[in-house]
Amino acid sequence: MKAARILLTAAVACVALCGMACAQQAIVLQNATIHTVTNGTLKGSVVIQNGLITEVGAQVLTPAGAKVIDASGKHIIPGIIDCHTHIALDSINEGSVSVSSMVAMRDVINPESVAIYHDLAGGTTTVNALHGSANAIGGLNVVLKMRWGKDADGLVMKEAKPGIKFALGENPKRQGQGGQSPFGGNLAPRYPGTRMGVEDVIREAFTEAKQYQAAWKDYEARRAKGESLLAPRKDLKLEPLVEVLEGKRLVHAHCYRADEILMLLRVADEFGFKIATLQHVLEGYKVANEIKAHGAGASTFSDWWGYKIEAYDAIPYNAAVLTRKGVLTSLNSDDVGNGDLSTRLNTEAGKTMKYGGLSEDEALALITINPAKQLGIDRYVGSIEAGKQADLVIYDKDPLSMYSKVERVFIDGIQYFDREADVAARARKDAEKKGLLEKEKATEKANEKPGDKPGGKGTAPRTGGRDE
Amino acid sequence: MNKRLFSLTLGFIAAAGLVLAAPPSHVAIRGARVFTVSGPVLEHGTVLMKDGLIEAVGEGIAIPADVTIIDGAGLNVYPGLIDALSTWGIPEAAGPATLAALATPAAPAAPVTPGQTPPPPQPRVRGPEDRPNAFTWVKAADLVKPSDKQIESARSAGFTTAVTFPKQGLLAGHGAVINLGGETSGDMVLDPSAGLYTSQAARGFASFPGSLMGVMAYMRQLWIDAAYYKLAKEAYAKDPVTNPRPAYDRALEGLLETHRLLLPATSRVQIERALRFGVEFKTPFVLYGGHAAYATADELKKAGVPVILNVKWPAKEKDSDPEEIPSMRTLQLRDKAPTTPAALAAAGVPFAISSEGLDAPKDVVKALKKSIDVGLKPADAIRALTLSAAEIYGMAGRLGSIEKGKIANLTVIKGDLFDDKAKVSMVFIDGKKYLPAPEAPTPPRPSSGAPATEVGQ
Repeated sequence: MKAARILLTAAVACVALCGMACAQQAIVLQNATIHTVTNGTLKGSVVIQNGLITEVGAQVLTPAGAKVIDASGKHIIPGIIDCHTHIALDSINEGSVSVSSMVAMRDVINPESVAIYHDLAGGTTTVNALHGSANAIGGLNVVLKMRWGKDADGLVMKEAKPGIKFALGENPKRQGQGGQSPFGGNLAPRYPGTRMGVEDVIREAFTEAKQYQAAWKDYEARRAKGESLLAPRKDLKLEPLVEVLEGKRLVHAHCYRADEILMLLRVADEFGFKIATLQHVLEGYKVANEIKAHGAGASTFSDWWGYKIEAYDAIPYNAAVLTRKGVLTSLNSDDVGNGDLSTRLNTEAGKTMKYGGLSEDEALALITINPAKQLGIDRYVGSIEAGKQADLVIYDKDPLSMYSKVERVFIDGIQYFDREADVAARARKDAEKKGLLEKEKATEKANEKPGDKPGGKGTAPRTGGRDE
Repeated sequence: MNKRLFSLTLGFIAAAGLVLAAPPSHVAIRGARVFTVSGPVLEHGTVLMKDGLIEAVGEGIAIPADVTIIDGAGLNVYPGLIDALSTWGIPEAAGPATLAALATPAAPAAPVTPGQTPPPPQPRVRGPEDRPNAFTWVKAADLVKPSDKQIESARSAGFTTAVTFPKQGLLAGHGAVINLGGETSGDMVLDPSAGLYTSQAARGFASFPGSLMGVMAYMRQLWIDAAYYKLAKEAYAKDPVTNPRPAYDRALEGLLETHRLLLPATSRVQIERALRFGVEFKTPFVLYGGHAAYATADELKKAGVPVILNVKWPAKEKDSDPEEIPSMRTLQLRDKAPTTPAALAAAGVPFAISSEGLDAPKDVVKALKKSIDVGLKPADAIRALTLSAAEIYGMAGRLGSIEKGKIANLTVIKGDLFDDKAKVSMVFIDGKKYLPAPEAPTPPRPSSGAPATEVGQ
């Protein structure tokens, strides 16, 4: 049953079913140009054993029984990490309230979303699946590995630090106009309606969270003294905010304008928590020093802007300026539905070499080790180093060239994408689909009763003058 | 058995101030093909009914002198068919409209006709604390009426029993196992707390919860709040001086009565998600929908979770765009969904059948016939319509098979249940005989698929 779902070759499916539990056959990727990102670029080989990179170098020891893949003339980079996406989710926004920290993206993972496969085909192996930006404080994000064919739990990267989405500016205040709901009905406006209100919502939420935190501390203290009393009511909305205050949960904040960025940094400083990443942050170049001083990371676009008022004052040098100012910076896709920008983040990174003059390693870091650090997973992924998880992408050419193509993708040492196998399987899949369509047509015809006249039920849909 | 039925229904009868109807007569069906379901098929079986219960069943059993005898030659006798997820018995008047009136917070907005002054905007739901869309205090047992027009067409299609649910809202209320016959509403109800029906009807940005994940978070918070409410009430009962008085909460009161939870899950992803989600409530749960359960039979078996299968099989929509080519996954689901009953039976997953979404009660058996055509054993199909449904709802001691002591609900067919030409001859409910409604005359112009009797859903 499980195998039917896996669209890769049968051989790959077998390996995938085996999973991490059983010992994998060792793999050696030989004679490639290896972009380690953290230790420069070299010509040599990578050894994969039991899902991990065990050796990288010009000369490596080939383990007994290893499968050797000749990668002569090819380039290998660490799997791309997309620090902001909305793919593979069955819902994105809980936009009915201004603070929706009770909702979790982990609940709504859709492992059948073909965007996962699209991402793989573009070399993206890890994504940060975030709540939308409809409200000041959104839901809890989940970091996924693109293990196509696994169920929802199988996609979750359990090592990632928990996080939460915040949003500033136009999106969270849009509902403040009220009246016209896209879903119909006469709707009271949802506070806030201004940027000031967005700030107030965040302040109010954290004030409430601090009271909640204090109530629990008081309860624990009194109970420790032997008092018998009722615990405070557990509140799923406030629990994650307390985790933010305690430094246990990362804040990923959607923002555009310099003023709102500064506002959020001030509020965070005042309440004593950190912003892990400023997302989009198109005007980040104006306040790079302040972002650096707070210690926030930035996750931005290369040259995509102008799609709404707050996104106009942007420059393609943003990522480079932030990088030069010492801000931990990444590039993201913000994809919804099918994978789009996330299927070519390598070329997005390449643009920063033209705009801002970043080095190859710096450009690649924007889509590998930097987002890994921002998500608290750099111990496991983000570079090609012994001991890290074997998330690797083989390109036919230099990955920063727009002419390059992804040939193979490994996650945890398992091959999840093989361009050749994909192309070879297309004819079979087309035939399978054609077969199902024909079968359906035949059933339809069989269900037509002999007495049916054209235009009656069960006849071909084109009849009956629909087209006139 | 008799006593149990009495104790359950007595409350209703007493409340309605009614007297019990005269006990049904003593009836035997002799020499029929009897599908006991719990045991073997009896080729020349006799079923003896007395006082609403099955008194005896077997081949060549003695029939007392005063018994009305029905000649069973050419008749197949089945346990009364059960619609395991239904709205039968709840008249539409007592459905959405009544519930909307009950629901002060977040009732759906009335449509605005042009030229009319729109009503003032509804107050925003703040979150779970406003209990939006939770009608846990609603009970199907309080809404059923013997006069509901769906009852007769259901009986005419061979059904004797339904597990009927209120459907309005996210937590729509408690279902009831009802007999599709009886003089009063109270007579009909066999179990007033069959389970809590939940949907995932999110309402976008308009009101919390507006998304699937919002629905899930909301349900979690409700269960946390209910457990807390219970503790707070107990503490207050013990010591009303030092402990605060918890505010009365009808949504939580209703929630605390939940012995069984019905969760929707149709696609593979939904089924896997519901299996993970359902265990959080520490209450037995049942999945309804289940079209893609053919792909998750092993997971369902492992989880020990039964399925109420919706047999309105996914199909190409009438008048769909001929240029549009559906996705491979859609095509696969349409192709494979009717194989789900056989797959569940093979894996040993308990499953029953729901009429949800079908035009008429008689379409249920027709839809199941499709599954028989692709490999479902007729015996498994019969079981799903009878004993499995009773087992899933904890009613197997009283319903679902033809055994001594069980409620005398029988479906009598002239021919085989799954034969297109077979006709429902009669049904027995609590031992009382009902004949099918006369069929509507054939319309002058043949148009396939038109229901013989009009049934509103």
